[in-house]
Amino acid sequence: MATSMSPPAAAPDGTKPGGHPTRAFQTVRTDNWKLGPLLTVAGLGAFVLYSTWRAFSGVHYWVEPYLSPFYSPLIYANPQHWAGSPIAHAWFGEMPQALIDAWPSFLPFALSPAFFILVFPGSFRATCYYYRKAYYRSFFGTPPGCAVCPIGQKNYQGETRLLVIQNLHRYALYGALAFIGILYYDAFLALRRGGEWGIGVGTLVLFMNATLLAGYTFGCHSFRHLVGGRLDRFTNAVGAPGLAHRVWRGVSWLNARHMKFAWASLFWVGFTDFYILAVSRGWISDLNTWGEAMGGH
Amino acid sequence: MSERHFRVWRGDSEGGEFVDYTIDVEPGMVVLDCIHRIQAQHAEDLACRWNCKAGKCGSCSMEINGKPKLSCMTRMNTFGPDETITIQPMKTFPVVRDLVSDVSFNYRQNARIRPLKPRPRGKDGEHRMYQEDVDRVQEFRKCIECFLCQDVCHVLRDQDAMERFTGPRFMIRLASLEMHPLDTDDRVPEIRDEFGSGLCNITRCCTEVCPEHIGITDNAIIPLKERVVDRYYDPLMWLMRKITGRK
Repeated sequence: MATSMSPPAAAPDGTKPGGHPTRAFQTVRTDNWKLGPLLTVAGLGAFVLYSTWRAFSGVHYWVEPYLSPFYSPLIYANPQHWAGSPIAHAWFGEMPQALIDAWPSFLPFALSPAFFILVFPGSFRATCYYYRKAYYRSFFGTPPGCAVCPIGQKNYQGETRLLVIQNLHRYALYGALAFIGILYYDAFLALRRGGEWGIGVGTLVLFMNATLLAGYTFGCHSFRHLVGGRLDRFTNAVGAPGLAHRVWRGVSWLNARHMKFAWASLFWVGFTDFYILAVSRGWISDLNTWGEAMGGH
Repeated sequence: MSERHFRVWRGDSEGGEFVDYTIDVEPGMVVLDCIHRIQAQHAEDLACRWNCKAGKCGSCSMEINGKPKLSCMTRMNTFGPDETITIQPMKTFPVVRDLVSDVSFNYRQNARIRPLKPRPRGKDGEHRMYQEDVDRVQEFRKCIECFLCQDVCHVLRDQDAMERFTGPRFMIRLASLEMHPLDTDDRVPEIRDEFGSGLCNITRCCTEVCPEHIGITDNAIIPLKERVVDRYYDPLMWLMRKITGRK
């Protein structure tokens, strides 16, 4: 009887005792296991392509009173861009000339305001425990599916060497938490246009965006740990559960739906930007209480 | 009653082959019933481990159409009427014979884990703990040790890392001790260094195959990884420990 710590060796035909395949992407499964990874590649790929294009474009991210989440908070406005935001809307006004001059001139695109901020939501999603599962399976094939042979690695290290950086997820979370406040602030600003209170479809789109992102961010595994999961005891000396327990239970409810919020918020943040792009370009009109949209600048 | 086709792997640790069987299947039968019928009608020496036939003993783990499953809980009406059903032993463990695997790797892992080290008893001489504090641990106690999670975990199954990673079932056991309201042992260093928490890349297959629906990844492995982050990778936590003197 073999009792070694290593799994049984493969035969020359690539199978192990038990008839199991050993080569990458091989499996005995008969169901459509490829569908999940393919949908993930399509969904994440489409979002990365669209968001990259929009971040680099640096235009049509603002139509009063709506600011695209890809550009919020607007640190600087770049006067080189047409159809950007009014300079006055940026936190620090016009982009300093020194920054514009420092930008390599051989690059085919100008310095976009999105470059200052997208690292925060980007790193939060990139190190998210759910997305890690999604891209390890779909893009890196480790493994592509359950009981499907992974792409071979001579010395598998998991998240202990290069990928040890994933452990900084909680720092990305701190940034993402700040963005929830900023995006709600943008949504509230979208209740006023030209000094007049009102509401438009764009306002609702922005509120929905902030809410879905809040559902995603507050269901984060690191957040769940920090608010209570790190404790061994939720109760005090007389057995009364404290605030940490209530918060932890609420976060756990969101955490159980983390994947759904991850996809819903990803789609909606892209849709929000597209809505503002479409209104700014004049492709559609924003239905609102102020009358016709002002259009882009 | 309908005629159904099976491909069952027959052999031992030296090798073997798939053997085809055809039997009549009646409504309500599960895969384990079919294996028993194959034994009765065609291959009385077909080796198969089973016990309760109720999804509670964890004995009849095997791979059915490539998926790690309990054969006693896999109903025949979940397959298409013309589908050939392929049955294999678990891939991760050495084959003893036919559908029986040598799962002693798991017992060795279990023996490595230090038992509960409770804090001193209260003034009334009792160990007291409250339901809110043991809810998490009780979820882990549902484990029936079928080892399907160990089988499907690619780190054990395909990455040749059994020396370095203890596997999902034992991450659960470690979590049940690490989160235990009475336990005083400091387990975080060995969870990282000895049991290999960093090798898990949280692809969640263990959770998907668990017949007890334990949230292995979300409720055990990721919380343990976060405790490892507290100890080793978070500079703010490090600073706080220095200031407060707490671990």
